[in-house]
This record gives sequence, structure tokens and C-alpha cells, in this order.
Amino acid sequence: MIANRLLAAMFLLILSGGALIPFQQRLATESQAAHLRKADLNLDLRERIGQMGFLAALSGFRSPLAAFLWIEAYTAWENTEWGRMARLFDTVTTLQPRSIPYWENAAWHMAYNASVAALQNEKQPSEALRIRAQRQYFQLGRDFLERGIRNNPDHYLLYRELGVLLRDKFEDHCAAADVFLQAAAIPDAPSYCRRFAAYEMAKCPGREREAYTLGRSIYDQGDKQRMPSLLVTLRELEKKLDIPPADRIKSK
Amino acid sequence: MKSLQGTWAIGRNTFTELVRMKVFYFLLIFALLIIGNSAFVAKFSFQEQFQMLKDISLGAMSVFTSLLAILATANFLPKDMEDRTIYTILAKPVPRFSYLLGKLIGILLLLALAIALMTGLFLCVLWLREQGVLAETRAQLRGSSAEEIALAIKEVSRSTFNANLVPGIAIIFIKSALLASLTLFLSAFATSGLFTILMSVAIYFIGHLQATARAYWLAGTDIQWWSRIMAALVALVFPDLQAFNFTDDVIAGAGIPMGLFLQTFTLGILYVVIYFFLAALVFSGREL
Repeated sequence: MIANRLLAAMFLLILSGGALIPFQQRLATESQAAHLRKADLNLDLRERIGQMGFLAALSGFRSPLAAFLWIEAYTAWENTEWGRMARLFDTVTTLQPRSIPYWENAAWHMAYNASVAALQNEKQPSEALRIRAQRQYFQLGRDFLERGIRNNPDHYLLYRELGVLLRDKFEDHCAAADVFLQAAAIPDAPSYCRRFAAYEMAKCPGREREAYTLGRSIYDQGDKQRMPSLLVTLRELEKKLDIPPADRIKSK
Repeated sequence: MKSLQGTWAIGRNTFTELVRMKVFYFLLIFALLIIGNSAFVAKFSFQEQFQMLKDISLGAMSVFTSLLAILATANFLPKDMEDRTIYTILAKPVPRFSYLLGKLIGILLLLALAIALMTGLFLCVLWLREQGVLAETRAQLRGSSAEEIALAIKEVSRSTFNANLVPGIAIIFIKSALLASLTLFLSAFATSGLFTILMSVAIYFIGHLQATARAYWLAGTDIQWWSRIMAALVALVFPDLQAFNFTDDVIAGAGIPMGLFLQTFTLGILYVVIYFFLAALVFSGREL
């Protein structure tokens, strides 16, 4: 009797499983569209975190595992093991691609801490090689931020950090201006993102007119936006672009 | 009506019985875990602290409720048979369906209470940490403009509480309810509690791979016919537990669209109902 019922139950289980497939597929598509459940659990990750770690990640415990590895990365930082830190950050961000602090801090450690340590590495007598290592860490920081943005295109913070990195470490003002503009386009971005974009655009050859238009539109928003740096930038641009005196901003 | 009353009475008794089994001692471990974690991560930036506190707390909530759902459900049928209470209950005009439903209700009540207590504890620790960080921030920014202080406070508050924690916790509950119902189905034909637990744990792991198997099956290109059949079987027989893994994204502060949350919750309810009816079907034919 129970065997028959068990067979019927199995049949019904498969039938209901089939009925739920379109529902599950739609959920998976919508989750992907909302940038959810995007962690890429592949063989490379399996090698990095070991069998038990991979099993835990597969079983829905990605976030505690990421927190544990982040603490390990902190210990690596205390011991200045930069290479190990980079690998751990890579693993943590793969496990938790939607976490902004992980991307932001991983990029910061690489571009601002590891790069300085590489430049001051006493074990490396060749200055050229030290500079090369420093640039590689800048690039690593940039990679973290760019991957972070691909996973979190709706958050201004990583764009802002990338803009700052491009400005301060790469001195690529044109690219920095574009990234700050992208940050400013995100709804909850602070107003300084637009100002930063104007400052960087002013330093980008050939985009002075665009920079002036942007800076002027910020200036026209009122006193609150008229920061000393903005006024200095606008005055310099007015001279450079030969703006008629009547159209220039007021001098205090 | 009488049958409903009977079901409710069984549910209440199951709940009381489970509470008396001192299962809530696990809350002590949970408390130690999150309070200990909160003290340990003090050296990190406040964003990292809150991130890790949420990582550990919601991860632990998910582990504890999943374990509780499987272990509590797997044991009650063998236990009721061993101490013969099942015969006393079923000798009365109580249908087997009502008996099973009552048991499931009792377990769901236990899971809801466990999640409510863990959530309360977690929110308390999170709030205390937030207050600590806010006090530090105010002290550091003394003398700064009101706008700057307001911006910093907003940033701290944004890193701690967000409305998405609620759907995240609700999804943890529905996933544990699904596991309870699935375990109930397995225990309806299992001969021992150990078999039920082992099977449930195995299904738990396979269930997290169901989405991969489904994608493999539906893609259907360049794969052997036998591996396609295997993938189809996994997709059809096992629940899609990956669909309930929003918690990781919630912790990261990602927004869960309401439509997606409701659909996921509905999927969970559908699984609970399906497994329960299958359990009732099998249990009604079981010789006791």
C-alpha cells in the first residue's frame, strides 16, 4: 500500500517540479536583471577556498565565509603580505560581489597601501622595478573598482573612488571627469560628484568649454554650491576661454 | 471546525513539546557568536564592522533555522511512535491529515519564534554598535559644520539598518519552512530519524545546485543525452534552494524589488504546500 502511495507521490513530485520550472526560470531571470545572486561559483574559486569552503558557498553561506576571509585578509595586512591580501580580496569579492565596502577597501589597500610599500621596498634595489610594482598595484586597485562597478552599477561610491584613483594615481583627468560624471548621474549621489567632474574636465585638454558650462551650471545653483575651488576653476576657465567680462561670474 | 480545533491543539502541543526540549539553548551560541564577533571586529572601519556583523548574524540565523527545521521535524514521527502517543492520538477521531498538519504548524511556530528571537538579538547588537559608532563620529566631527555631521550620521545609519533586512529575514523563514515540510515528507515513509536527517541534508546540498542543473538541462546544447536526463531529474525532483539565497545580497545592502520578494515567498509557500500534501498522501497509507 505504502509503495503505491510512494510511487504516486514521486510521480506528483516530478509533475509539480515540472510545473514550477517556468516560475523558477522567471525568478532566476528577474534576479539577474536586479543584479542579485550574481556570485560566480566556478572551479577557480573552488581551488582558492578549498572543498569545504566551496561547499559552504554553494549551500548559501557565502556571506559568513566572505566575512571570515576578510578577517584573514586583515591579518595578512598586519603582516604586510600584499600578494596574499590581493588573492583573499579577490576571493571575498567573488563571494560577495554586491558588497560595496569589500570592493572599496580592497581597491584602497592595493592602490594606496600596497603601492606605497612596493615603492619603498628595500629588498628591491632597482628603482625601475619598484616603480613598475607600484604601477601594478595601482592597476590592481583600478581593477577592483571597475569590477565592483560592473557588479554594482547603481551605487555612486565606487565611481567616486575610481574617479579619485584616476585623478590622484593615474593623473588621467579626462577619464576621471567621465567617471565623476557617471557618479553624479546616480540618484543618491552627493552634489560634490558634479563639482569634481567639472574640476577634472577643466584639466582635460580640449574639454575646457564643456568644463565651463558644467561649472557654470553648478555655480548658478546658488551660494551653497559656490565653493572656493569652483570659483578659482571658473575664473581660470574664463581667462582661458576668453569669456566676455559681462558674462563672467561675479568677483567678490 | 472540530477537526481544525484538533489540528490547532496538536500544533500547540508540538510547539510546547519542542520548547521543553530546550532547543532554545542554541540562542546562547548565537548570542555569543554575534556579541563576540561584534567585539572582535572593532578594529575595522564602521562599514566593515556592520557588514561583518550582518554576514555572521544572518548566516548563523540561516544555519540555525535550517538545522532546527530538519532536526525537529525528523525526530517527531519516530519519537511519537516510540512512546506510542501517535496511537493514542489517531485512535481518537483525528484524521492523519490533521495530525500531520498540526505537527507542521507546531514546527513552523517554533521556527517563527526562533527567528523572531534571533532577529531581536541581532537588531539589539546592531543598534548598540550603531550608537557606539555614532558617538565616536560626533566626537570626531565636533566643530564641523552641521551639514557635514548630518552627512556622516546619514552614512553610518545607511550602513546599519536598511528596510531590506525584513524581506531577507522573511526569506530565511520561508526557506526553513520549506525544509521542515520537505523533512516531513521524508519522515512520512522513512523508517528511522537518522535516515530522514541524512536524506534532508543531502537534498539541502543538491537543492542549492538545482538551478545549475536546470540551466544545464534547458540549455540542452552539446551535452550527452544521459547527462541531460540526469540534469532534468535533479531539476524536477529537487527544490530550487538557490532561489532563496537573497540574504547575501541583503547583507551587502542591495535592494530587493518587492515583486521579486513576493514571487520568491510565493515559491516557498508552494513548496511547503506541495511537500505537505505529498507527506499526507504517503502517511495516509502507512501501516502503524
